[in-house]
Amino acid sequence: MDKIRASLLKKSIASKIERRGKIISLTCLALIILVVFLIFYFVASRGLATFFQNHINFWQFLSGTQWNPGTTGTNGQPAVGALPMIVGSFLITILSAIVATPFAIGTAVFMTEISPRRGAQILRPVTELLVGIPSVVYGFIGLQVVVPFVRNTFGGSGYGILSGTFVLFVMILPTVTSMSADALNAVPRYYREASLALGATRWQTIYKVVLRAAIPGMLTAIVFGMARAFGEALAVQMVIGNATLLPQNLVSPASTLTSILTMGIGNTVMGSLQNNALWSLAMILLLMSLVFNMVIRYIGRKGKLNNER
Amino acid sequence: MADNTNLTTNQRNIMKFDPKDHEIALSTEDLHVFYGKTEGISEGDLQFERYKISALIGPSGSGKSTYLRSLNRMNDRIATVTGKIMYRGLDINSNDIDVYEMRRHIGMVFQRPNPFAKSIYENIAFALRQRGMNKKQELDEVVERSLRQAAMWDQVKDDLNKSALALSGGQQQRLCIARAIAIKPDILLLDEPASALDPVSTSQIEDTLLELKQNYTIIIVTHNMQQASRISDYTAFFNLGKVLEYAETGDIFTNPKVDLTNDYISGNFG
Repeated sequence: MDKIRASLLKKSIASKIERRGKIISLTCLALIILVVFLIFYFVASRGLATFFQNHINFWQFLSGTQWNPGTTGTNGQPAVGALPMIVGSFLITILSAIVATPFAIGTAVFMTEISPRRGAQILRPVTELLVGIPSVVYGFIGLQVVVPFVRNTFGGSGYGILSGTFVLFVMILPTVTSMSADALNAVPRYYREASLALGATRWQTIYKVVLRAAIPGMLTAIVFGMARAFGEALAVQMVIGNATLLPQNLVSPASTLTSILTMGIGNTVMGSLQNNALWSLAMILLLMSLVFNMVIRYIGRKGKLNNER
Repeated sequence: MADNTNLTTNQRNIMKFDPKDHEIALSTEDLHVFYGKTEGISEGDLQFERYKISALIGPSGSGKSTYLRSLNRMNDRIATVTGKIMYRGLDINSNDIDVYEMRRHIGMVFQRPNPFAKSIYENIAFALRQRGMNKKQELDEVVERSLRQAAMWDQVKDDLNKSALALSGGQQQRLCIARAIAIKPDILLLDEPASALDPVSTSQIEDTLLELKQNYTIIIVTHNMQQASRISDYTAFFNLGKVLEYAETGDIFTNPKVDLTNDYISGNFG
């Protein structure tokens, strides 16, 4: 009897191990939170320096169209207008998402609804393979194939928003496709059965029931693809032309936040206006990816509410 | 009265109707279901009388659900079904049949309530809209009629635009029945419609089915033998993918001809 009493009052080895495991995982979590926090702090402190140390007007930064931080612009202030890059980034993101979405949804429907076996055996591994291809390869193919194609078909130099859109379309397609396929797979089988048993055709079932039920998941997939397109640097930089001009059309050289960042960050001195201005671009990028993240979470939560049983 | 032929062995006892006295709504001849190479059902050979409730009972895995799902070809992409399913003189298991049109006449309600994530109204209007009925007034009428027939109009008439998923399990299942009868099928197949429900909801569903019997031929799979005896006119006993006995419900429960049926209904196995 006393032995049992004693064992109840003493911490067993198992409970000690459990405690240790808890501490380890908590430490890992805390470390990650710290890193994220530090990144935000660092980017913000550098990025905000443009406005507080160099006294650049924030509004001018967002709306100015001249970008050449070393020199003085026409208004007598340093030329740090980021509008061309902001417009370039959004344009290329939205266009590539618009082009990629129909293909992605079509492929996902084929993979999950029309030919699940071939989808699982061939299409899914292929799309997953596409995700793993390094972006420099995409960029190189863009440079060698897409740019000449655009030049010969649409005129201009071939570098520009259009080439960037084509390259990003191929890059985000696998992500959007496989996430859409997951969303379609997550639609319960009984939805399909219910619809079929009511005499609906397969197409009616796919279009009116399965796709409708998967809308939140597919929106998440599209926003995810957009976040990837927005943040992609290397491949875009190789095909977009990197001219800090407000894009006049889709085939004239343009630039994105990321392409200017990767081009410029190695050529500036830490603490100078040129450097701080680039950090401001990085800050905008970071804020935008935060927004994308929040949109994804919001859609996910709404979708869950809609499908709760 | 039904003829009891095939009484020669003690192993199987399948009733056949005399076509002079009984109108057959649906019958199967030599039905086999294969999952890949394995045989799920062999020799399913039954006739179902019009405007009656026929129950399919048997232990888990005996093939009664598989058999039921074959009747409106819900197994089409899952299993291979051979044999004949006769409906109005046509073999609806043939490739010439428009499956989608056929399912309009042979509706189905599943074990787990499966309303769409839409409003109560839209759940019922779904199939009607697919068939091109778009006039608000017509839709309203059908929705009301279907919900009345499923005995839930009074409970939900003020909440038609609320999500169907907010209903209780029993109400969801009755909504599924309402949805199935909205397109006025001939035959209603029910796959253990009450197995996920509490006793009160179950008895409401049973009342609904007895009510529906006046206009519909009902075939129901059930695990619950009391349920079979309460509501059905005929009962088929399945075991290991075979129909062993098919007779009037009263006969099956009081005087089964096959030993295994007797064992099953007296609770000796299964």
